[in-house]
This record gives sequence, C-alpha cells and structure tokens, in this order.
Amino acid sequence: MTQTTLTAARRAPMASGWPKKLATTLLTVAVTLLGLLFVTFMIGRVMPIDPVLAVIGERATQAQYDETFRQLGLDKPLLVQFGIYVGDVLQGDFGKSIRTGQQVSTDIARVFPATLELATLGTLMGVFLGVPLGVVAAVYRGSWIDQIARLIGLIGYSMPIFWLGLVGLLVFYGMLDWVEGPGRLGVFYQGIVPTRTGLLLVDSLIAGDMTVFKDAFGHIILPASLLGYFSLAYISRMTRSFMLEQLSAEYVTTARVKGLSEWQVVWGHAFRNIRIQLVTVIALAYANLLEGSVLTEIIFAWPGIGQYITTSLLANDMNSVLGGTVVIGTIFVCLNIFSDLLYRVFDPRSK
Amino acid sequence: MSEQTLRQWLLSDEPTSRRQARLSAWYQGWLAFRSNTLAMLGLLILVFLILCALFAPLLATHDPFTQDLAMRLQPPGESGYLLGSDSLGRDIYSRLLYGARISLYIVLLVAMVAPLLGLVIGTVAGYAGGWLDVVLMRITDIFLAFPRLILALAFVAALGAGIENAVLAISLTAWPPYARIARAETLTYRNAEFIHAIKLQGAGPIRIITRHIWPLCLSSLVIRVTLDMAGIILTAAGLGFLGLGAQPPSPEWGAMISEGRKYILDHWWVATIPGLAIFAISLAFNLLGDGLRDVMDPKGGTQ
Amino acid sequence: MTMKSKLAAAAFAGLMATTAMTPALAETPPNMLVIANRIDDIKTFDPAESFEFAGADVSRNVYEKLVNFDPLNLDAGFGPQLAESWDISEDGQTITFTMATGHTFASGNEVTAKDAEFSLRRAVLLNKTPSFILTQFGFTAENVEETIVATDDNKLVLTLDKPYALSFVLNCLTATIGGIVDMETAMANEVDGDMGGEWLRTNTAGSGPYKVADWKPNESVLMDLNPNYAGEKPAMERVIVQHIQESATQRLQLERGDIDVARNLSPEDVAGLADVDGVKVVDELRGRLMYWSANQKNEMLADPKVVEALKWATDYDGMSNSFLKGQYTPQQAFLPLTFLGALEEKPFSYDMEKAKAALAESGHGECGDIKISVREAQERLDIAQSLQNTWGQLGCNVELVVGTGAQTLDRYRAREHDIYLGAWGPDYPDPNTNAGTFAYNPDNSDEAGATGLLAWRNAWGIPEMSEQTLAAVVENDTEARKQMYLDLQREHQKVSPFGVMFQQIEQNGMRANVENFVAGGATTAVSYWVITK
Repeated sequence: MTQTTLTAARRAPMASGWPKKLATTLLTVAVTLLGLLFVTFMIGRVMPIDPVLAVIGERATQAQYDETFRQLGLDKPLLVQFGIYVGDVLQGDFGKSIRTGQQVSTDIARVFPATLELATLGTLMGVFLGVPLGVVAAVYRGSWIDQIARLIGLIGYSMPIFWLGLVGLLVFYGMLDWVEGPGRLGVFYQGIVPTRTGLLLVDSLIAGDMTVFKDAFGHIILPASLLGYFSLAYISRMTRSFMLEQLSAEYVTTARVKGLSEWQVVWGHAFRNIRIQLVTVIALAYANLLEGSVLTEIIFAWPGIGQYITTSLLANDMNSVLGGTVVIGTIFVCLNIFSDLLYRVFDPRSK
Repeated sequence: MSEQTLRQWLLSDEPTSRRQARLSAWYQGWLAFRSNTLAMLGLLILVFLILCALFAPLLATHDPFTQDLAMRLQPPGESGYLLGSDSLGRDIYSRLLYGARISLYIVLLVAMVAPLLGLVIGTVAGYAGGWLDVVLMRITDIFLAFPRLILALAFVAALGAGIENAVLAISLTAWPPYARIARAETLTYRNAEFIHAIKLQGAGPIRIITRHIWPLCLSSLVIRVTLDMAGIILTAAGLGFLGLGAQPPSPEWGAMISEGRKYILDHWWVATIPGLAIFAISLAFNLLGDGLRDVMDPKGGTQ
Repeated sequence: MTMKSKLAAAAFAGLMATTAMTPALAETPPNMLVIANRIDDIKTFDPAESFEFAGADVSRNVYEKLVNFDPLNLDAGFGPQLAESWDISEDGQTITFTMATGHTFASGNEVTAKDAEFSLRRAVLLNKTPSFILTQFGFTAENVEETIVATDDNKLVLTLDKPYALSFVLNCLTATIGGIVDMETAMANEVDGDMGGEWLRTNTAGSGPYKVADWKPNESVLMDLNPNYAGEKPAMERVIVQHIQESATQRLQLERGDIDVARNLSPEDVAGLADVDGVKVVDELRGRLMYWSANQKNEMLADPKVVEALKWATDYDGMSNSFLKGQYTPQQAFLPLTFLGALEEKPFSYDMEKAKAALAESGHGECGDIKISVREAQERLDIAQSLQNTWGQLGCNVELVVGTGAQTLDRYRAREHDIYLGAWGPDYPDPNTNAGTFAYNPDNSDEAGATGLLAWRNAWGIPEMSEQTLAAVVENDTEARKQMYLDLQREHQKVSPFGVMFQQIEQNGMRANVENFVAGGATTAVSYWVITK
C-alpha cells in the first residue's frame, strides 16, 4: 500500500520564534492545499470525460447540452473557473455533486464518518497487535519470533488488498458465516439508531441498542481486520527498528549493569524513549488508512470517502472529487504538522 | 562494513583500483546477502518469474488469447487446462505466463522513470537551494499530500486507460519520496570538501550534480526502489482491477482478478490464481528489498 | 513470549469469538420487502428530470399517471388510472381526459386536473432530458398555456400539433415523465422559479402507493406506504432497496435470507442458486437491446458488404449460451419483443463462410483496423472480446477502446468511434421510441447536431426511411401501423449499420415466498404494491 508516502514525513522549514513559526506553518498549509486543489482541478479539466453528459444523460438534445454546459460554468476561462471555485470554497461552499445531486458538504458529512470508523478500528488493531510484536521482535532479535514478525510484515506489504478482501468475504462470510456481508449495516437495521456522530458503533452504543451494535460490528470487523493487518505490518516494523536503536544505546547497558530486570529495561527505559517516534508512526499509519482504503471500500461496498472520490472521479464529478481531496489532504497535512510539533516539543535531539 | 571501501572508491582517481574497490564491495555485499535466507528466497522467486516471462511462448500450453466458449470455466487440471480456464475459455496458466511479462514490464518502466524524476528534482533542489528549493519542495509536498491511488486514478482517467498511461500515472505519483531522499543526500554532500575541491577545478553545477552527486545518491535510491517495487505492482494491479490498467484481452493479473471476481463463488480459481501470482511477485520484491537494505544501507548495517 | 503478546493473543481470540456469536437473521420481516439492486444511477426523483432505470423503479411506485399499466396484466397495455376516460376530437388533435375521483396525494391534497396540468406543463417548461417524450407532440414552453389546459378540476385538454396515433400519445403518458405531482406541495417548496425542482430531487409528492422516506445516494432508498393511497393497501408496508454492486454478494445475501430479491445476478450465480432451497429465479423479458453500430464516417465501415460480413461473423448463439446464458436472447430487429410490431425474424447466424464471402464482395477484401468502443462493464467487455475474436478470424485487426460510460458516450455523440458496442432501452412503451432513433435521421450534417439520434451518431443519413418512421406515428389503424413497423425493421436489418444482437432477460432471484414480483416487462418498471410474501 502507500506507506512510502508517509514515511517521508515533512519537516516545516526552520524559523525562529513562535509567531513566525506559526505563520510559516499556516502559509505552508495554505500553499499546499491550494496546490492540491489546482492539480485536481486541472486534471478534471483535461480529463476526456464529459461532466455535462453525467448530468443530462444520453438522450439529451444539443440545446439541453449547451444549457447545462453554461449552468456548470464550463464556458468561462479555466483560471476564472478555478478562481470562482476557490472563492466559493473559502465561503464554505463546495458546490453541488452532479452525480448525487446534493451538496458536496452533505455528501462528505455522510461518507467521511464511514471511512473514519473503519480506519480508526483498523489502526487500533494495528497498534495493539503491531507494537507488542515489534517490541518482542527487537528484544529477541534474530530469533524465530523475529523471523515470524518479519514475515508477517512482509506478507502484509505484498498482499493485493482487493484480492484478500474478496477471498476474506468468500471464506468468512460465504463459507463460515462468521461475519456480516458487505455494507455498513444490515438492511433492516437502517434508520433505527439516530445519527449523532455518524460512527455506527458509537451511535448504537449511545442509543443503547445492542442488536444494531452487533450487526454493525459484524459488518466492520472483516474490512477493519484487513486494514488493521496492513497497519500492523507497518507499525511492527517501525517499532522493531526504533527499539533496536534504543536497545543498543549505552544507557541500556548501564541499566542492565545496575541490575534492572529485563522487563524494566525494555518497557521502563527503551520503550519510554520511543513513545514520541511511535506516535508519529501511528499518526502516519492512521492517515494512510484514511486515504488508502479505496479498494477495500469498493470490495466491501463500504460507503466511505475513498469510494466516493473514485466513483465521482470516473464520472468527472469534479466538485465531489475536489471536496474529497481537500478533506483528505487537510487531514494529511494536519497529521504531519502534529507529528512535527511532537518532535519539536518532546524530542531533545531536535533542538 | 563497506563504509571504508566505498569512501576509497569515491575518492580514487585510478581506474584499476576503482574497479577493484567496487568489485570487492560487491563481493562483500553478496556474501552478506547470501547468508540472508529470506532475501535469497525472494531472489529465487524473482529469477523464476523472470524465466517464466522470458520463456512464456515455450512454457505456455495454449495461446493466451484464443477463446473457446464451449470449454469455459474448467477447473484446474481438467481438459488440459493446468490452472483451469476463464470465463471465455482461455487457459489461465498460459495467460499467467504472459501476464508476468506485463507485470515485469510495468515494474521496469516505473523503476526507471520515477526515481530518475525524483533524483533530478531532489538534487537540483538540494544543490541550488534558495527559492528553487522552496518551490520544488512545495510541489513535492503537494504531490505527497495526495491520496496516492486516487492521484494515479485521476491521471489515468485524464490520460486514458492503458498500460503505458498506467506506468506514467504510477510514476507521477511515486517520485516525491525519491525527491526527498535525493535532496537530503545532496544537502549532506553539498558543502563537503571534495565538492569544493571539484568546484575549484572549474566544474559547473550540472557536471557536479550529474557526475558527483548522483552516484552518491544511488545506493539509497536503489534500496528504496526495490522496497517500492511491490507497491508499484500492487498499484498497477489495483488500476487493472478498477479497469484502468492494461486493457482486455491483455492478461494483466489485476484485470484477471477483476474478470474472475464475478465467478468467485463457484469457480474460485479464476480470481484466486492471479491473486496468488501478484502476491508471489510482490513478496519476492519485498524479501529482496529487505535483504538489500540490510546489505547496502550503511546506516542500517552498523546496528 | 512476553506477557504483552500473550495478552494480545488472548484479546485477538476474544475478538474472533464475539464475532462468531453475531447472529444472522434468517428472514426479513413479513411486511417488509428488502431488495438488492444497483441504484447508483439515481440522481433525482423528480418525474420531470428522472431518466434512469433505478429512478423509474422508484417513480412508478410513487407517482400515479393519467393512464398506466396493470402490473399483473402488462400485455393488456395501458388502462385508466388518474384519468377515468378520454375522448379524442374529430381531427384527432385534441384529447380530453376526465379525471377519476378519490385519488389523494401523500400530503392529503386531492388529485385534480389542475395538478395534471401543472405536472405536464412543468415537464415541458423545465426542459430536462426526458422532456422530448412530451415535446414531440408539439408542446413548447411558449404554447403550454394553450395546449395543456385544465378546463376545470375534472377535465384536462391536450392539443397536439398533428393527429398522432392515440396509442402513441397515451403510451408516452405512462412514462416516468407522465407522473402527476402534487402542485401545492411542489410550489410550497419552490426556489428561484424551479417549480419545486430542487425539493423534488430528494423528496416525493405523489399519489402512488408509496412515498420515499429516505434516500442515501449510492447506498439505499427506503419507501413507506402513502397513507392516502386510493387503491388496496399493499402487503409490503416498507420497501428497502439497497445498492449492492456485486452479483456474488447479492447471491450470498439471498441464500442467507438477508434480502428478499436480488436483481443483478450473473448467469453463474443464477446457476449456483438452482439447488438452493427456499430460493427461486423468475425470468422476465425486458426491453433493453444489446447492439453494435458502425460509424458511416469510416470509409471501410460505410461499405454495406463489410457491415454484412461483420453481422455474419458475430457468434450470437455462442455468446447467449455461455457468458450471457439466460440473460440475453438473440434478437436482431430494433424493436424488442412484446412491443407492437416487433419483428421476430433473425436472418443472421454465426457463419464464417458467408462472412468471408460478403467481405470478398466488398471493396475491402483484406478487412482492416477496427476499434470497438466499449464501456467498462463485464458483460459488454465479454461481448467485445468475443467480437474481437470472431472478427479477427475474418482478418480484421480489432482493438478494444475501453472507457467509463461517459467517456465512450462522449466519443459516440461526437461521431468519433469506429464500432460502438452498447445497449439501448426504450424510453416509453411505444414502437416509435426505438424507430425514432434507430431509423430516423433526416439531416445527417455535423451541424444538425442530432446527438440524441442513434442513426445520426453513426452518420447514417436516411431521408427516405425517416419519412416512413414519421408516417408510422400518425397511423391510427393499429394493424396498418404494425405492418409499417415490420416492413421498416426488415429493411433496417438489411441495410443499416446496426448489428442488433440480443434482448435482455432479467433474472431476478428471490425467496420462494415472494409472489407477484413483476420487474415491468419490456414496457414499464417494477411494481411493489402487488407483491406478497
């Protein structure tokens, strides 16, 4: 998957003094997002897919075509179109989706929680399994446990997720009947629980409806496990290498000489020192699942933002694509800044 | 380990000792690599796949494109279909062999285009510094902030579906990490004494970048590329799966899964076998890349 | 192993155990119908704008029309619904409808002729894509005030520009665009003079058996009973249509009883359901045709003998007996079976000898490069690959150009394709719906821009045949009209650059207790209100 993108976490240019730093950071974010919009916008305009046809369909006359062409503002020069779009976005108006006929912000408010829920659960699984695995692999470096951990990681990096999803559905849903099928919720559970957060697991708990919770859990568990496996591969690998670095440090030897137990050395000292690095890695893994679950969403008919952007893209519904890209891009940039900040504040070496 | 010989090689002007140094470095690396079982396994799988691709016409039992509607969806081993037949009665085994060519072709092309692009942008940014650096790195950031598969999808949608365009799209999304690596390396060497020495001899910036900085960036890039190969294959297969990669009747593995997914309940082999093939090739690259990193990465090697 | 990883292992095992205990419901509630379908094409529920398959399925159950089909007797043709009777004037240009009493909208408002006037005028004024179904009778934005008039609450008068066959006019009124909207509710929600268009996009205001309670685009449509529905109370009080893309998934859900009806099963999954208890598959002939067409701007394809060779080199039976098995039946005329005047003759079969002979007679004995434009959908790709295979045997160098629906359509409308492989579904249940596009193209110039006409898209100029097509819509003697269409199709089969191949059979899988599921035949859409289980 796309871990590679994120390992190269960005460092904002150095500046002295907090206000200046803040200003630089904000400027960087603004420029990055504007660039993101511009690239997306231009791709949409050179794409040989006609957005007008997506609106009016195959039977329309030329006059109806021209009318819609004007309504969509496609008759104006490209840069003017872009300017109008950015102006609208600044006022909080992302425009209307030509595919669903609704406001893009409405659409995103509907699809984003689905992705958020899936990615969160996946990351949690990755963290709770991947961190211990990485630590153990580092402590027993070269042992069979280390080899197995390494193999688990490598297999995770090598698996075509769409294929694993298909096979997983076939086995766990089709044959074993352990999990629920595609989608977020069984059909007749829909609309029972009032939408508060958009996260079905949370909403059903708030409403105290355990049958809905169980059904939602049965739906999410398989795709979340798949995504969790991929983040496990990444997190355990990074944890292992961080831990190795610490365990070879002098203070560890000193601690051992002082007679501290192995448990205290590993968890009390070495692990404490990699916490910040680990948070960064987890943040990146999380961002990765938020943006990288397109294929999983398609296989599991998961109505999330990845699927939303993809189907919109193929219909040249650029308002939706732009809106979705902005959301994901913002999250990515924010998580990067967040991990930068963590380093600056807590890591003595970066000062 | 090879830190010292590498430096000698870098500083040496005499061709004989250069070759000697290089050979000895390669040899030491090979010895370390050979002792890594998993990496060797990766290499073996890869060599096997390359041989399959090379000798596909000899190994294939059928023409990969010939349809036989009467013999569709035959299970593996039956009626002369080693791995079964697909929905149009084509031999899956033969298609798999020819499909290996496509996968390797994609990987090779991307592995040449993307790192080169990243290398040029990264070294120029790092060496030139100033506003050029800021602009180039901002562009890199923009591309990094993009959801990668979606960006590739967008490019393919814009360029039109097809294998060359898929390669181009993947390359366009894959270069930013290389640019960052190349820039970081360049920054460490930019003010090095030997560069100053070369400058004093009158070498221009282009010559310094291409002749002296690029070779220094190569080892970290090679490792990174090998580690990324699996990702490239998976992205290409993902595009094929979404119908935006290689076009039918081309036996691209991702597209084969996509075609077979309709039949997964009753005819599991149609989608499963190409899936296993994709898994095998990306695992091989990952094992190889992992081993190479252990051998070649001086920073990792000191642990 | 450390404590930590032991704990993790235990946690994982626990996780799997809870999952395993999640119960699977064996069946859906008795008063609720759950359907799996592909509904990602729905963009709006507004009858004046809605023009998609899944949209028509909703619309038919929400909006009543002046005249409509009885789902349990589709062959009978249209009958009274909101109009109890109609009269046609001497000159055949004025139709007067008398409204039935007792029909009420979901809002509680009574259905009157004023609502009918509003709805039909609105469809003409808004001028959305399907408006041609009404404007072909001469209604325009300028003249609706005179041509569509409710003289009182009980009478609606339509004035046409020609004495069209009455059946043609009434057939058109059964289309989605003929749906009668609650004027008061629509106008109460008007924004910027859109006659309620924005509101009606996501809400419904009809007098049919159901109303839309919730719509999540690309996810689901939920319909509840219209409490004021005039007819017998439907057995299904709630209908949920869920968007499920994959056939295999629909099949699994059906087998497990999670859904009642699966509407997009592949031939393999239909075969797989054959031995499953409690599940049945109901076949229904639909109106959709699968065809290829040759752009007459292409010099080689403009040679009729080349096109004839390609028609002979198409493996109709091979395809319909393998990957299309049970879902498409060979049909070679432009009217789908069950339509008035549909021609059953199939002059072409897969015959390489005849194909080669025809090619030899043409000016292109060697055949050349042919690009087939096809959209990214499995069954079309399969057909395209089969054509590639058999035309390849003729010596043609066939390349597939695959794209999204909008992409291929774009090329088609711009007349830039060589061969277009596509599907065509009737817009309204009258033969003119297909004759008017396959066999009508009076002005073939690029400037004409008649992008809605299939004949124009293929640059096939047919001034004479267009005259015949026009003559058929004003023929009021049904037998004579039928004969005109039969003649038209025979001629079309011979000379046209269209290779009509198949007509769709919809195979709906359903639980054995579901009765009266009618997808709508070749003429209309699904009717939920007669279903029982």
